[in-house]
Amino acid sequence: MNGLPGFLRRLEGPQTIGRGPAFWIIFAIVLAIACAYPLFSDGYTVGNTVYFFVWVFIALSLCLIWGYGGSLSFGQTAFFGIAGYSYGILTLNFGAAYGFTLVALVLAVVIAALFALLLGYFMFFGRIAGVFLGIVTLAVTLMLERFMAQTAGPEWRVGVARLNGFNGMSAMSPLTIPWPGGDIVLFADIGLYYFVLGLLVLVYLGLRILMNSSFGNVIVAIRENPERAEMLGYDVRKYQLITFVIGAGLAGLSGVLYTVWGQYITPSSMGMTAAALPLIWVAVGGRSDLTSTVIGTLVVLAAFQALTIYGSQYALVFMGVLLVLTVLIAPNGLVLGAMNLLSRLVVHRGKGGV
Amino acid sequence: MDIATLAFSALYQFGDAFAFLVLSACGLAVIFGMMGVINLAHGEFIMCGAYVTASTAHVGLPLPLAILSGAIVAALVGALVELVVIRHLYDRPLDTIVATWGLSLIATQGTLIMVGSTMAGVGTPFGSFQVGAYSYSIYRLVLFASALGVLGGLYALFNWTRFGVLARATIQVPHMAAALGVDTRLIYSLTFACGAGLAGLAGGLYAPTMTLVPTMGATFIMEAFVTVVIGGADVFLGTAPAGAVLAVVKSGLTSWQGQLFGQIGLLVAVIIVVRILPKGISGFLLRERT
Repeated sequence: MNGLPGFLRRLEGPQTIGRGPAFWIIFAIVLAIACAYPLFSDGYTVGNTVYFFVWVFIALSLCLIWGYGGSLSFGQTAFFGIAGYSYGILTLNFGAAYGFTLVALVLAVVIAALFALLLGYFMFFGRIAGVFLGIVTLAVTLMLERFMAQTAGPEWRVGVARLNGFNGMSAMSPLTIPWPGGDIVLFADIGLYYFVLGLLVLVYLGLRILMNSSFGNVIVAIRENPERAEMLGYDVRKYQLITFVIGAGLAGLSGVLYTVWGQYITPSSMGMTAAALPLIWVAVGGRSDLTSTVIGTLVVLAAFQALTIYGSQYALVFMGVLLVLTVLIAPNGLVLGAMNLLSRLVVHRGKGGV
Repeated sequence: MDIATLAFSALYQFGDAFAFLVLSACGLAVIFGMMGVINLAHGEFIMCGAYVTASTAHVGLPLPLAILSGAIVAALVGALVELVVIRHLYDRPLDTIVATWGLSLIATQGTLIMVGSTMAGVGTPFGSFQVGAYSYSIYRLVLFASALGVLGGLYALFNWTRFGVLARATIQVPHMAAALGVDTRLIYSLTFACGAGLAGLAGGLYAPTMTLVPTMGATFIMEAFVTVVIGGADVFLGTAPAGAVLAVVKSGLTSWQGQLFGQIGLLVAVIIVVRILPKGISGFLLRERT
């Protein structure tokens, strides 16, 4: 890894698990399997996998804010919803011609990030932290849900887009990539799969670089001890606000992709239950590491879907129990714990062999 | 005459909002103020109180006793939860939030599975009275009186009883209290049970006025959180004034633009107050005093 340009060397470092050729070989194999996977599967299953991938972005955003930054935010679903609704309003009004859906995707993410900037300014510059941050973000999320739920009347419209209260918005255009000789429309199967997979790999690697850069180290330093970080000359508020905004952007990306995937969005995607689920994935996976978060999210989602066959109430009770047990028994997360154990075993064996 | 009825109407709405905010928040505030723990399952303790109240009232218990039983059951459940979960997490406040959220999820969905999506309610007692052109529910006045009663009772509990003295000693310097022979674990357990019981009481008191559904806790928690955030860690110097200020905001905006704007007003108020007074009203008052 010595010949790489500077910022690529940040792909591995103290803040992320996984280093050396062994890790990257496994990474390449997993990526190759992910790329080849649609060839051996049917459209429905591929669409379902896209659904799983969509949620990974919001999990990563929570991992960034909560796991690395140390501020517990319940607002991720609010940003998710804001971006989803923004995408719907934009595309219903302006259509999908000339690749506008891609512009709408970016605009929706920016809108969510701007909202986070406003909210985050009041919170971080008011220097609230810890539990209060959680409560305020939760109150914002619940308020947004209540607001969207009462927009059923015809007077709630933006341009031609009706907000539709509890029924939610639907029938927005799927992502369309302008292409010579006919646009490529990404419906919720193979086309969208490769698009989302590509984004996911980019975001994952990008976050690895970010977290191992000096910015990431400062964020972790603030998590460990805000006073010390401040004494060392860092403006804690600014760093926290930037992390919050980046996280909100990622949550927004998740919201847009969700809206694109199902071509609908409802207020219940911002409710209590919806806000609880990302927390469970991240807590169970291991909130202070990106790789554990991704693996944990995919595993818990798959388990949840398998359990839903027996009724979603039972599945949610199981999720609640899983969350409480994780917090009590393995506070760092199950996947992260397992990976640490594994790497310790490998190192031990290596030493024994030599 | 007209001004008098208008004034009464405004006062009535203020009292109603005040009672709702204080009753839904004081259980949360006691737990937060004493232990620094935010109990996200607060709404589910309220739901528990309301459900027990309704079931015992259906069996034939008179309403006041039914409400009391709701509060007691919620307190017992609270003691159990403290013993099994919260006790192990005192040094990790953020994890307490997460764990209590898990509990809230379990309680909501568990109730949905076991009791069903709705439960037969209790009729609102006492009927109504007429002032000017409008009629008002007498029960709402009872709720207002109960809110004042709960505040008074808490004041008496924390200032005039042995438990109150030990509890306040435990908040101030836990290790010193323990060194002097106070069983701080027991104090924490009792405090948590007390907070849960107050939540149950709020649920019982509001059970006759609303539909009983497993997600009813969510109706209360936003108001409860907002009141506690604005109030800060002290129940008397925080929750009560915060309740009064927010009640003015909420009742004013509600009668002007409808219920939704009342709630949005609360949210805007909390975000602005957080920026100006990060430690809430009680933090501000206590700083002025010292």
